[in-house]
Amino acid sequence: MLELIVISTLNGVLFGMLLFLMASGLTVIFSMLGVLNFAHASFYMLGAFFGFQISRWFGFWPALLIAPLLAGAIGAGVERFGLRRVHRNGHVAELLFTFGLAFVIEEVAQIIWGKSPVDFRIPSLLDFSAFTIFSTNYPAYKMFMLLVSIAIFVGLLIVLKKTRIGLIVQAALTHPHMVGHLGHNVGRIFMLVFGVGTALAAVAGVIAGPALVTQSNMAGLLGPILFVVVVVGGLGSLPGAFVASLLIGLVQTFAVSMNGSLSGAFGPLSPAYASTWLADIWGVTVAQIAPIVPYVLLVLILIFRPMGLLGTRDT
Amino acid sequence: MSEFASTVAPPLPATTEKLKFYLIWVVAAVALLLLPNIFSSGGSLTTFSLIGISIVFSLSYNILLGQTGMLSFGHAVYYGLGGFLVIHAINIIGADKLPIPLPVVPLIGGLTGLLFAALLGWVSTQRSGTAFAMISLGVAELIASSALILRTFFGGEAGVSANRTKLLKLFGWNFGPQIQIYYLVAAWTLIAVIAMYALTRTPLGRMCNAVRDNPERVQFVGYNPHVVRYLAFCFSGFFAGIAGALAAINFEIANSAYLGAVQSGTVLFATYIGGIGFFIGPIVGAIFVTFLSLGLSDLTPVWQLYFGLIFIVVVLFAPGGITGLLMMHRPLLKAGTLTKVLPSYLIALVPTLAMITGLVLAIETIVHYTVNPGDDSHIKAFGVNFDAASPYIWAMSVILLIGGYLAARKTWTWVGHAWDSATSATREKGIAA
Repeated sequence: MLELIVISTLNGVLFGMLLFLMASGLTVIFSMLGVLNFAHASFYMLGAFFGFQISRWFGFWPALLIAPLLAGAIGAGVERFGLRRVHRNGHVAELLFTFGLAFVIEEVAQIIWGKSPVDFRIPSLLDFSAFTIFSTNYPAYKMFMLLVSIAIFVGLLIVLKKTRIGLIVQAALTHPHMVGHLGHNVGRIFMLVFGVGTALAAVAGVIAGPALVTQSNMAGLLGPILFVVVVVGGLGSLPGAFVASLLIGLVQTFAVSMNGSLSGAFGPLSPAYASTWLADIWGVTVAQIAPIVPYVLLVLILIFRPMGLLGTRDT
Repeated sequence: MSEFASTVAPPLPATTEKLKFYLIWVVAAVALLLLPNIFSSGGSLTTFSLIGISIVFSLSYNILLGQTGMLSFGHAVYYGLGGFLVIHAINIIGADKLPIPLPVVPLIGGLTGLLFAALLGWVSTQRSGTAFAMISLGVAELIASSALILRTFFGGEAGVSANRTKLLKLFGWNFGPQIQIYYLVAAWTLIAVIAMYALTRTPLGRMCNAVRDNPERVQFVGYNPHVVRYLAFCFSGFFAGIAGALAAINFEIANSAYLGAVQSGTVLFATYIGGIGFFIGPIVGAIFVTFLSLGLSDLTPVWQLYFGLIFIVVVLFAPGGITGLLMMHRPLLKAGTLTKVLPSYLIALVPTLAMITGLVLAIETIVHYTVNPGDDSHIKAFGVNFDAASPYIWAMSVILLIGGYLAARKTWTWVGHAWDSATSATREKGIAA
């Protein structure tokens, strides 16, 4: 039991940090541009595929650097030539543009890399077990993932709190118009933030690619959970996104590792209707409902705290 | 007082206007009746049925997006649940020999959609805009994932099937042949379209528009925008359920794809490409997208990519959709200034088409090398044979793409100038443009 708790906590924090790598970019982009980037998870996928391709040509370490830069450049281009153009048609049009973009990126990835998972391997340098806890070997690569995401988190924090550009970004989180009035080149800041945000998502993709499955549907699987994170945390709130990322990472990891069900808990009391079509609800295990846990959380949050955990804006 | 009322209230429509209005619906009904006599093959009847279902679904979606300004990424939930309930209803009615004929069954789907929209809608419609879009996505994922867990009711991956011919016969129709299903779908489509049009003319329909345009002002007038959005959501769920029921009857099966993100995305594409600003827009979009998905899939293996590209082009360059583009020209047509723009359109068309050809050539060549490398390089796309390995083709596609782009940019600015002069000429003639 203790073993399960320790391992699940590690895995949950790891998944949560990965989610936060993406959710942070999404939140900052939403706060500044007012558009929720539907294609954000697609950049995570692009990062994974670029990482796979580059690591096949030059090795993993160059890929860790080049793939995010490439994805970030594409992201900046999308902002400059797509979003900025569609901005005058309103927020719905912007959201629809990113929705169409997510669709096209998935199709393109499918054309180039196929529908089945690609063989993206853990670099041999990190292919050993870091430590043995109870009887489980914990892979070093997962510790590496954790370290990278924590390092980026700390770096992001320093940039946001200590640098000039960080100050502007912070100001734009709460008063986007005022920043423009003060004479900053809002267009260039937007492009930069969009590029950095998508690059962060791509970093998450490169480091998650070898550990999880790199496949053309990975954006579609992760995208909705990402939106749950930003809505649960509160649209536009960075600390909220952090808390929600960890919460969802932990909740989902723990749910997956649990095998209990109603019939297991109340077996001897089995009511008569448990053999009808309610048998599904009676017999389903916690692990089986793990995929819907984030969405249940979303609905609960919306009922009891519509602005999200730490949200202040009622947008 | 009467003078005041007459200036505020719109004038009552003249009798000829009214007649014209009713004539449209009569013509539509006669056209639907006669259509199978002109195109009587099984394939075209299936296509017409699909289009009818798609029209009802897209129009129900436009109650949300076009009328009330709520962008939903999970509209297929109500469509799918309507379909599932109808399949189960057909099975129960058939097994218990209940005296319910098939033409009434879509109503069950509609009521299912209404029920679930009423249940889920109150929470989701609290806010509009981005928050609503995200919530609709979350709710859709919740329902779609639950459908895979509740296997007894939703039938898991395979779905649930039913036999529609076992129900009470009406006038000797057992609804086995496609032609009878066509008439069933056509009748329900006509009823649903008329009902949804009528909805836009009611005070509720007008308040929906007001909530879309200025929710704050609506509150000052004394309405609760949340309630208005909720009612619109319920109506939308009702008609989506009818569409799902018609689809379930047409295919005699309901599976988890009915509820999924792809279905939600397709209705969004169809509605937006058709145009959300006019009532007829989603109808045009449903017809266009159904033909496109049936036609393109024969012509090229990567038709979904083209589909997505078309959507992005519409979002970027024609936010009003197809109908929005056409309706823009109505004042020009009235003033007779349309001839000023038409030549520039023709000029712009040439490089634009060249650019598109270059793009298609490039995409198909890349597809040849990535999807089926090692195959014969003489490939066929859009009915044209070419050699994907030949450098001439590569050069041609690059020249067409870049040259076409540069020329198109130039010619479209001419179109802009021609458009400006045409609209100002229209305004001088006293017609609002």
